[in-house]
Amino acid sequence: MTVEELRELAEKERARQAGFGKRVLYCSAAGCVSCGGNATRDAFKKAIRDQGLDESCEVVGTGCMGLCGKGPLVKVAPDETLYASVDAAAAERIVDEHLKGGNPVEAMALDTDAPFFAEQTKIVLEDCGRIDAMRIEEYVAVGGYEALAKAITELSPPEVIEEIRKSGLRGRGGAGYPTGLKWSIVRKATSEQKYVVCNADEGDPGAFMDRSVLEGDPHRVLEGMAIAGYAVGANQGYIYVRAEYPLAIERLKLAIKQAERAGVLGNRILDSGFSFRIDLRMGAGAFVCGEETALLRSIEGRRGRPKPRPPYPSEKGLFGMPTVINNVETFANIAPILARGGAWFASIGTAKSAGTKVFALAGKIRNTGLIEVPMGIPLRRIVYDIGGGPPEGAEFKAAQTGGPSGGCIPAEHLDLPVDYESLAAVGSIMGSGGLIVMDSESNMVDVAKFFMEFSMEESCGKCVPCRIGTKHIHGLLDRVSRGEATPDDVALLEELCVMVKETSLCGLGQSAPNPVLSTLRFFRDEYEKKLRPAETFAGGVAGEAK
Amino acid sequence: MATTTKATHPSGDNRFKLLDRAINVHHASGNALIEVLHAAQGIFGYLEDDILVYIGHALKRPLSQVYGVATFYNYFRLKPAGEHTVVLCTGTACYVKGAAQIQAALEHRCGCKFGQTTPDGKVSLVQARCIGSCGLAPVAVMDDDVAAKLTVDEAVRRVGAFMQATEEVAK
Ligand SMILES: Cc1cc2nc3c(=O)[nH]c(=O)nc-3n(C[C@H](O)[C@H](O)[C@H](O)COP(=O)(O)O)c2cc1C
Ligand code: SF4
Ligand code: FES
Ligand code: FES
Repeated sequence: MTVEELRELAEKERARQAGFGKRVLYCSAAGCVSCGGNATRDAFKKAIRDQGLDESCEVVGTGCMGLCGKGPLVKVAPDETLYASVDAAAAERIVDEHLKGGNPVEAMALDTDAPFFAEQTKIVLEDCGRIDAMRIEEYVAVGGYEALAKAITELSPPEVIEEIRKSGLRGRGGAGYPTGLKWSIVRKATSEQKYVVCNADEGDPGAFMDRSVLEGDPHRVLEGMAIAGYAVGANQGYIYVRAEYPLAIERLKLAIKQAERAGVLGNRILDSGFSFRIDLRMGAGAFVCGEETALLRSIEGRRGRPKPRPPYPSEKGLFGMPTVINNVETFANIAPILARGGAWFASIGTAKSAGTKVFALAGKIRNTGLIEVPMGIPLRRIVYDIGGGPPEGAEFKAAQTGGPSGGCIPAEHLDLPVDYESLAAVGSIMGSGGLIVMDSESNMVDVAKFFMEFSMEESCGKCVPCRIGTKHIHGLLDRVSRGEATPDDVALLEELCVMVKETSLCGLGQSAPNPVLSTLRFFRDEYEKKLRPAETFAGGVAGEAK
Repeated sequence: MATTTKATHPSGDNRFKLLDRAINVHHASGNALIEVLHAAQGIFGYLEDDILVYIGHALKRPLSQVYGVATFYNYFRLKPAGEHTVVLCTGTACYVKGAAQIQAALEHRCGCKFGQTTPDGKVSLVQARCIGSCGLAPVAVMDDDVAAKLTVDEAVRRVGAFMQATEEVAK
């Protein structure tokens, strides 16, 4: 396919869609399916057929629309009316009054001017929930693969990298390393063979943003990877996706096939001299495989154990070759940056943290789901405006960010701007973007223990501080939570945390103590309340002797 | 050699043909070990010693390595699964919404821990770290059915139905 043909395809699809007066977009992502989405879809199809509206109404399954907690969600295009909790009866009513009668069912429609929608800025998720992820035509119709075409036909590889560098994009997989810098290192490496790898392992419990992008808009990730391949001089890409995401795997497979057939992946892309293939590799349920060096070994068919860095993957990565490895969300930002320019992207967010971040909002909060906000937005706006605050009867206690590598942010820091530096300053991290709100029902010692158990079980065991340290920390937390610990134990706990942090080989061990240190910092009283009464310390009067 | 195998397994078990096909797709490359293990588990349900030996031969990798990889990853099962599978999410969102209580109740009802299968082989209890439906926490997958906003009672009721259904079939 040539660039002209790509544009013709877009025109044709837009015309096809316009041929339908209305498009019923229903969320076909995991969340909505698990609260009855399939029945909703069937009800729409049946009612549309019964009413003889087949010619004028199309029913389309999309990716996640964001407000997962109020699913199943349905949007009617082109007027963009959004309906929540649509069951079969509601579907019939919408068909009757809105599709047939032409009047949106006001009583059932969501107010899309509400803060949940108004406070968001969508770049990564701009098409998620708007297009059918299973049809490349729909992606092309909203401008998909135009950025790749622009890169190949108008820009030299260094110019592409310069645009990414100018955008200020930093990796969304956790550490926030500048993407442009990473790419330029790989570009400069002298090697016949280079690779582009997409980290779609998403091991953080409580995070599902990568999954939503893969399921709802897979072509966006493929396009970002192909642009990366062009920029650094690689002709082979791999997506390492966790086996627990079968739907994402299925859709990626389909998307790759479609992209190859359309000539936007594979040999001589868009009739140029550039070739780029993408293969899938399945993870197998090991959190540590999200760590980049472990992930690369896993792609090589080995046990996923981290290696000391340097050398970094950008110098010596997959099969020993220079490798770009980026997160799903990072790649999802690439096409918009090239299409609209690095300066545009840099104007969103803060000076040091450009662009937006997708968060999975969950826990004790009214609006649970997937949100995308400009970097630097105060945490309070996320929790109270977008999230609607804790539900009736609950009171905000802490927001946990960054999963097992992160920390808890207490109420006194609710005005903190959400960016890489500010989060680090209070001992937490952006991480992949899980944001879990806790109320007074959550006990912080238990929360710390919960994460430590995770790290302990997921430790690959290669280095002693992590293997043994996490076990001891977990044991001490257990003592505290059972009311058997002494002040000495807490002192030892802190010492151990620092030791594990400083001496572990990879990020898993280095960050495993974060939830403990962070809860000790902000909720120390909860530890102290649980200590053994002072008079029993000396002789071990109560409980077993130490 | 493996790249041109036909029906190879002496047992005549046709499923090995499928496995051979998966091996050939990857040109019997040792790098594809994990992909082939996935395929094998999909075909056979779990990874018996015999299958690991077979794969080791075909990919020319020592058994120690095949075994090492199969045991390193949580996803690979070396024992058969029960007739029914309950995957309970114990990720953070689900934990905050009470997954631990559901876990305890299910272990009590089934008489076995998560990670195990009931002694009669009927229900396997599996823990997942996050199945991506955090907005609807707590969540479990009962066979193919996703149960959202799960309560202790509902979880116990559903698992009870699994156990009774199979008991009745057995009778
Ligand atoms: C224990 C551990 C787990 C990780 N898991 C993931 C993951 O699931 N997804 C991801 O993109 N990055 C993960 N990372 C970060 C990667 O090592 C790496 O920094 C990232 O893929 C780089 O991409 P980025 O620059 O686009 O963020 C993990 C790191 C560690 C230490
Ligand atoms: S820090 Fe932990 S996970 Fe990382 S290499 Fe050491 S033992 Fe393995
Ligand atoms: S899963 Fe349907 S809105 Fe998120
Ligand atoms: S934490 Fe349970 S579905 Fe994500």
